[in-house]
Amino acid sequence: MKLTAQLTYGLIACILLVSAPHAEHLPIWVSAECGALLLWRAYLARSGKALPPRWLLLGITVLSVLAIAFSFRSLFGREVGVTLLILLSTLKLLELKAVRDATIVVYLSCFIIITNFFYSQSIPTALFMLVTLLVILASWVHLQTGGLAFKSRLRIGGVLLLQAIPLSLILFVLFPRVQGPLWGLPQDAYASSGLSDSMSPGTMSKLSLSDAVAFRVTFDTAAPSRDRMYWRGPVLWDFDGTTWKRGRNATTRTGILEDTGMPLSYTVTLEPHNKRWLFALDMPDKLSIKYRLTPDFQLLSEKPLNARTRYRADSFLNYRANPDEPSQQLQRALTLPRGLNPQAQQLADNWRKQHPHDDAAIVREVLRHFNQGGFEYTLEPPLLGMNGIDEFLFQSKQGFCEHYAGSFVYLLRAAGVPARVVTGYQGGDYNDLGDYYILRQSDAHAWAEVWLGERGWIRYDPTAAIAPARIESGLSAAVSNPAALPFMARNPPPWIRALRFNWDALANQWNQWVLGYDTETQFAFLTRLGMEDISWKNMALNMLAGIFTLVGIFTLLMLRRLVVRQTDPVQAVWLKLCRKLEKSGLPRLAHEGPQDYASRIGTAHPALSEHMDDLAARYIGLRYQSQHDEGALQAFKHAVAAFKL
Amino acid sequence: MKFPDIRGSLKLKFRNWAFRRTVETGTVQLNQRRIYILPTRQFFGFGFVLVLMLLGDINYNLSLGYVLTFLLATTGGLSMLYAFRNMAQLEIHAGHVEPVFAGEQARFVFHFNNPGSLDRHQIHLHDDEGHETVFDLPAQTSTPVELALPATQRGWLDSGRLTLYTRFPLGLFNAWTYIHFDVRALVYPKPSAPQPLPIAAAPDGSGKTTIRGDEDFAGLRNYVPGDAMPRIAWKALAREQGLQVKEFSAQQGQQLWLDWSQLPDIAQERKLELLTRWVLDADAQGLQYGLRLPDGEVIPQHGPSHRAECLRRLALFGVHES
Repeated sequence: MKLTAQLTYGLIACILLVSAPHAEHLPIWVSAECGALLLWRAYLARSGKALPPRWLLLGITVLSVLAIAFSFRSLFGREVGVTLLILLSTLKLLELKAVRDATIVVYLSCFIIITNFFYSQSIPTALFMLVTLLVILASWVHLQTGGLAFKSRLRIGGVLLLQAIPLSLILFVLFPRVQGPLWGLPQDAYASSGLSDSMSPGTMSKLSLSDAVAFRVTFDTAAPSRDRMYWRGPVLWDFDGTTWKRGRNATTRTGILEDTGMPLSYTVTLEPHNKRWLFALDMPDKLSIKYRLTPDFQLLSEKPLNARTRYRADSFLNYRANPDEPSQQLQRALTLPRGLNPQAQQLADNWRKQHPHDDAAIVREVLRHFNQGGFEYTLEPPLLGMNGIDEFLFQSKQGFCEHYAGSFVYLLRAAGVPARVVTGYQGGDYNDLGDYYILRQSDAHAWAEVWLGERGWIRYDPTAAIAPARIESGLSAAVSNPAALPFMARNPPPWIRALRFNWDALANQWNQWVLGYDTETQFAFLTRLGMEDISWKNMALNMLAGIFTLVGIFTLLMLRRLVVRQTDPVQAVWLKLCRKLEKSGLPRLAHEGPQDYASRIGTAHPALSEHMDDLAARYIGLRYQSQHDEGALQAFKHAVAAFKL
Repeated sequence: MKFPDIRGSLKLKFRNWAFRRTVETGTVQLNQRRIYILPTRQFFGFGFVLVLMLLGDINYNLSLGYVLTFLLATTGGLSMLYAFRNMAQLEIHAGHVEPVFAGEQARFVFHFNNPGSLDRHQIHLHDDEGHETVFDLPAQTSTPVELALPATQRGWLDSGRLTLYTRFPLGLFNAWTYIHFDVRALVYPKPSAPQPLPIAAAPDGSGKTTIRGDEDFAGLRNYVPGDAMPRIAWKALAREQGLQVKEFSAQQGQQLWLDWSQLPDIAQERKLELLTRWVLDADAQGLQYGLRLPDGEVIPQHGPSHRAECLRRLALFGVHES
């Protein structure tokens, strides 16, 4: 078929649709260049002018590739690959000469769709994919049908796609999943957001501006009350005056929990954050995936978490944590940078003098100080200098959780009480639709743990002393200026909240069942379906059986309309009569009309003559002389039924 | 395939061996036993793209990528069924072929009937030499499809075995069938360059040597291929009375014999070409003419059927009917 303007528009639409989602991360000049090239191509198709000469295209291609190499400083890697692919596909449109070139453009469009999934695999992306696929199929069908109208092509493509959906579903469920990757992934493969392994003023308040989901939790039994939901993340020991860091543990002995009650079981679906932390309720006992428990009860996975991860976890809410902490570790929990924050040191010394042997009393003094010293909980605390703790405690008195946790631990250490900062998430939004809790980045929190000898490490949350609402009801209840908070942390109207929860519940299902469908989920799902002995062979057999069944059904449905038999009721009755006669050895000859037939039978069997003539006359009258009425037809029917040889 | 190479002839041999060779009469209905399907070259290109996509899905663990890959794969697979359906149950019978002169195109007509309620798209009909025609067949319609094949030699032109194929809807599968109908075109010899009619040889001895058949306008008759251009009644055509030719009455009793034996000593085919030319000219001039060939003669007469008979004799001169 010829490459008409119509076809060219279709191909331009294909490239436009598949590249459009990339616009947000392509260099702006590439988007602009592709847009200009597409416009140019559309103009050429419209005006019927000749395509640009080969040397010009070659020049543009070489220059563009060079520019990409220059702007990315490489020609390898995923981003560069995607950029090159889009640019070259666009250029391919400018050298459409034969149907072959058009076919290549169609294949390239299909391939570019998949590159978009590096960036997003959400439900809207999936819907957009279907729309794009429909347009591509319509253009593809165009290549094989020439002058067919757009609507008909769209219909053919749409029917094909609709039939392909159930088939692909079977393939999706049963196609044996291989745990990737097959080859090394480039470093730019994953984005990261979430808790880091250090904390300085501003770390948490910055995170709390994000609505992004950190993880979701489903409890097996009743969930604990909100003020007990402390999701433990990195534990920070080392302080240099401004920043708290994890440092190195001075022991390799795993932490020990004593006097625990019954464990609480739940399932966590963790969004990828490109770090190794796994989150679990204070204090974690064990997980269902490979992990390591550090001496300070931190959960680490083997590799950075760059895919959505699902695990079951057990936690103890009541415990005595490491009452016999080794002294090297306790020493770390007392170390402070020298010569900084003299006022804080003096305050701590005073408390120590009042309670020479009672560490717990000192903790109470610090909490009372925060509670009654005119402190304010705010997202926008003033900047602090070198003696940050002093400035915060005695001048600004405005801070977010990292300020309170940091200075709390500082004061205790200054008074000689071992303490450390713990970061993680606190609370969770309950989604009653999906019966799970959502933890967002805005739930990021910092608190403290104090070692009180026999009682081990005990959790204290100084933020609770200043803004108890933060712990009991969330961020929006606690800060004075909720407008600065992300949308969902701000307590929006109930119907918006419900809408968002619905959407999140749907997205959660999508994440669990579609995006998270890996080797393990596949195994679990197939077991639940009642499939025994799940092996590659079995899955392949089931897959083929399912596909053949469906294709069989499609075939029957599709081939049904190939021949439409005559449905004229008058003729049907006449044919019935002919069959009757044929059975008696008097078949109608191909050239015989009803009159000839009747007279031939009349001559051969004079007994039938009258009856036959009557029937033939009725037939001719009904069918050819438009004497059509229901009564006559019924009479004809009865006459034929009564006809006996 | 003008110069059949080894590959081409092997291909032909294989096809003759593998597929039915019978010549058919009457109406042929395409059923599943007649329709063959094989993937095309594009299919393998598409398969390659799908394999690349699948590797990407596995490596990057792209669940939505799996969905896309499977959607495309099943769409491609289903297109095989569509290709079959596009051909299945079509009814074909061969139509009448008008005689042509050698050097012209013989227009073979095949009547395609689509008995179903589904439109059929882009069906190609071609012969082994690559002469092709493409057509669509809407639901419950019959269409005559014309395939023009070059008539190089006088005599009978067999349509040969024809291939009917479709790549609808995605070009990934080629569904085809072979049809070989018992239908042939009569090819008249190619008329030679204009030569004056052998008037002098008029054997009636009337003495009149100038015979002009355009003295008195006698009426109009329908055009038959080969009629001289200047005699076409353009005015009648403009009045939408169809293509007609002006006839003039020539003097009765004048008989022209176009005699093989009177011809100069030239090659047999040249003789036939020359006689063809004369038959056309004599017919155009409204003469009564007869044809005398070594294997018989046609007595002098005038009219379309006479002309057709003469041309037929010339076309089949020395041709052994098999």
